[in-house]
Amino acid sequence: MSVLVYIESEEGKFKKASLEVASYAKGVANMLGTTVTAATFNAEDVSELGTYGVDKVLKINNSKLKDFNAEAYADALKQAADKEGTKVVVLSQSANSKYLAPLLAVHLNAGYASNVVSLPESATSFVVKRTAFTNKAFSFTNISTDIKVVGISKNAFGLKEAQGAATAEDFSPNLSEEDFSVNVVSVDKAKDKVTIADAEIVVSGGRGLKGPENWGMIEDLAETLGAATACSKPVSDMGWRPHSEHVGQTGKPVASNLYIAIGISGAIQHLAGINSSKVKVVINNDAEAPFFKAADYGVVGDAFEIVPKLNEKLKEFKAKNA
Amino acid sequence: MKILVCISHVPDTTSKINFTDNNTQFDTNGVQFVINPNDEFGLTRAMWFKEKQGASVDVVNVGGAETEPTLRKALAIGADNAIRVNTQATDGFQVAKQLANVAKEGGYDLIIAGRESIDYNGGMVPGMLAALLNANFVNTCIGLEVDGAEAKAVREIDGGKETVSAKLPLVIGGQKGLVEESDLRIPNMRGIMMARKKPLNVVEPVEATAQTTAEKFEKPAPKGAVKLVDPDNLDELIQLLHTEAKVI
Repeated sequence: MSVLVYIESEEGKFKKASLEVASYAKGVANMLGTTVTAATFNAEDVSELGTYGVDKVLKINNSKLKDFNAEAYADALKQAADKEGTKVVVLSQSANSKYLAPLLAVHLNAGYASNVVSLPESATSFVVKRTAFTNKAFSFTNISTDIKVVGISKNAFGLKEAQGAATAEDFSPNLSEEDFSVNVVSVDKAKDKVTIADAEIVVSGGRGLKGPENWGMIEDLAETLGAATACSKPVSDMGWRPHSEHVGQTGKPVASNLYIAIGISGAIQHLAGINSSKVKVVINNDAEAPFFKAADYGVVGDAFEIVPKLNEKLKEFKAKNA
Repeated sequence: MKILVCISHVPDTTSKINFTDNNTQFDTNGVQFVINPNDEFGLTRAMWFKEKQGASVDVVNVGGAETEPTLRKALAIGADNAIRVNTQATDGFQVAKQLANVAKEGGYDLIIAGRESIDYNGGMVPGMLAALLNANFVNTCIGLEVDGAEAKAVREIDGGKETVSAKLPLVIGGQKGLVEESDLRIPNMRGIMMARKKPLNVVEPVEATAQTTAEKFEKPAPKGAVKLVDPDNLDELIQLLHTEAKVI
């Protein structure tokens, strides 16, 4: 019966989004009067999970699962769910979770709701609030199948520490050759760089910056804040910045705590993509830019003067508050 | 190579989103519908396979007759045949079931769908379709080459990209990057004229029960007014972010 959570790690550490997902699972388990079981892949020390409401950990250790593989991971999670008699599987909305969730849902004959931002309405009616229309609306979605798969939007539920310790046991799912028919050839990933998906703070630049040669100040500000860098659609279309930095409706969604938009006017498609961010700051020389209507804080003025100055002041602030 | 591109009929990205019937239905009044952008990148890549490797390209949509102009647009861009499964699906699983049936009957080697539609953002159709077909699946695909029965795909991951190899039949969850924005095609007059004569087959749905129901919708609460900070007083901004917003 227990609620199953898929826990993701990155360089030997649990991802914050996964701890948030564990917190969510604890909330669901409390409603249903059951416990939380986590499935980890090649993780060593899993004691931290107890702090976020996990009662039991199924440790899946298999060298074939070193690289993420959606089909194999989905199969392993399916077998974990079967073993636990799980009715609710909870996962994050990382690229990998979004990849495996629909596969897992079909294997479990489960209904799947993505981008979920709330606990179910009640134990008997599994209606969850999720974002739709690229954050321009919410949809209240009823999952009517016996087993349910729920993808939790980052930063929507928050971390909830709980008292308790998790027991751990090894779990070895039976994986078939078919599980490994999509194979990783190479991975190209920036090391030591905060990703947009994981970032607490995102610093984003638009066409107002006039050219790729001016991105130094965006990167400097991001470095001071420990932030990820992003850009608007025209900037990526013109090739000033890579696609992977494009945020908005057809790019990446952003759900950071703080989003700083510099020289971005705020087209409806852009605003939709970043709407899940908690606090938005806009710096733009055009006081009429639509972004000012969507932002919490704004500075009207020349970004080329403001951004370096802000960076210096933030460094002083960081030094004082370190 | 036989390619099937799944087309979702969605409100244009600039649409104002409203609801009717006590917030239970999307208000289509005054809304311009387009090919889902994530699907259009896939369709354009399929055109490349058609022109460079002699692939055939069919497009499919699950929906009522009102979606036919969107399918005609896909034909005008260059698809060979269109299929419309005549049903109003209410969730992604139902759509995936219908698509799986079309895919099975057509014996396609490569099936391209957008990673998600920009309306309901379920992000489940390509993956469910692959699982129902027992075909290989690559999501958030930003690059695709096919050589015989072997595909090489680039997938966007958090913080980078990953190259994977897989055999056909393959289902792709596509997005921008499969082709560039500047590669997208606006149908020309000849394409539009030809599209009128191309087959658009309407097929009846197979049985599929919805697993989820969108019971009602809600718009986000209106935003309070922006707090403006003088550019000569950036310390104030830092203080606000620190003590009021508590984000730094």
